[in-house]
Amino acid sequence: MLNINSITKGIVIDHIKPGYGIMIFEYLKLDKADFTVALIMNATSKKYGRKDIIKIENELDIDLAMLGFIDPNITVNIIENEKITEKINLSLPDRVESIIECKNPRCITSVERGITHKFVLIDEDKGIYKCEYCDQIYSWEG
Amino acid sequence: MLKGKHLIDPQDFSVEELDEIFDLAEEIIKKPEDFTNVCDGKLLGTLFFEPSTRTRLSFESAMLRLGGKVVGFSEPNSSSVAKGENLPDTIRTVAAYTDIIAMRHPKEGAPRYGSQYSDVPLINAGDGGHQHPTQTLTDLLTIRVAKGKMTDLTIGLCGDLKFGRTVHSLIKAMSRYENVKFILISPNELKTPKYIKAEILDRKSLDYVEVEKLEDVIEQLDILYMTRVQKERFFNEADYIRLKDSYILDNAKLKTAKDDLTILHPLPRVNEISMEIDSDPRAWYFKQTKYGMFVRMALIAKLLGVR
Repeated sequence: MLNINSITKGIVIDHIKPGYGIMIFEYLKLDKADFTVALIMNATSKKYGRKDIIKIENELDIDLAMLGFIDPNITVNIIENEKITEKINLSLPDRVESIIECKNPRCITSVERGITHKFVLIDEDKGIYKCEYCDQIYSWEG
Repeated sequence: MLKGKHLIDPQDFSVEELDEIFDLAEEIIKKPEDFTNVCDGKLLGTLFFEPSTRTRLSFESAMLRLGGKVVGFSEPNSSSVAKGENLPDTIRTVAAYTDIIAMRHPKEGAPRYGSQYSDVPLINAGDGGHQHPTQTLTDLLTIRVAKGKMTDLTIGLCGDLKFGRTVHSLIKAMSRYENVKFILISPNELKTPKYIKAEILDRKSLDYVEVEKLEDVIEQLDILYMTRVQKERFFNEADYIRLKDSYILDNAKLKTAKDDLTILHPLPRVNEISMEIDSDPRAWYFKQTKYGMFVRMALIAKLLGVR
């Protein structure tokens, strides 16, 4: 069994869907980190069978909306003195900006310079978003 | 309170706000001479990033009949857009000069984006195949005037129900009123898209049926909304030949229709309504286009807060 030391002060991103850990790792630019970071892939999970985990030995400002958008089942644990002081359960954010791009070639976002791609959640159960400008549907599960 | 609002999507306004506009439009229809000065000193900017002569003339006539003035362009080559200006800068500039803007654009969502940079009311005058809210307002006002009510109606929508944005907007708009039944008449290839059925008709448990032939259902209709069916939309010649006459309204088909049927069409028509119908009192499509101007007058007056 792989052993990773517990961290003193920092963040544990837990219950990441297997395979998504690397995506979050890259999004948070942890490959450039000068502090201790662990990416654990395919760990055993009682809840989901398998999961990815990221442990970060540092204080870090994380965009929870973005994380929720990548995987709403993620749990973010804030660690102080080796103990969890806060557990944050994520959900799909109501709005996402500059994360996904509208694929509709007739949408204004396809031609305007500097426009921010914005999506609004319209169905939480099915994870369906729509482009704020042209109403093009984006399904979280693809 | 409609003063200062934008109109981007027909659903932006509540049923009560729409009623406010229609009440004023009906006042204007009755006594247009009472409204010839209400927009005195006000300026409408018509930004047409693609040509649409009919819609532009309707907006311009509306403003001029209210005593206001109009500036603008009717195609982007004659404006700074041709020099590569971005949309926010164009809108900010025109909003600085004018009191209200009507904007047409080939890209979907452009008016929504533009409105974020406008501190004067911005009206979507059509954005690609997406929305055309003043056409929807026109259709609703015509139904209200013709029927004296917006509830308890059987509406037949006939022709190209797949690509016709006016039809989708009308279904959405009419679904907000009580006891409205839809009869969707189209060839199989041009049926109402699934998302419209799922989002609006099924979700609200509205009463609707889909049929292929107008003559099978015409006697049930209170309103018949005709749209154009283009030959190139059919997958094969045989289906086109089999069905093409089902989507042309003529006197023979009208024989079984109700005496108080209201026939609507967003115009321009090609051949889907035979010219022999034009003199039938049930033909409302030319009145409809006139009501389009009246409803734009009411809309402009409300958004400017002058009435």
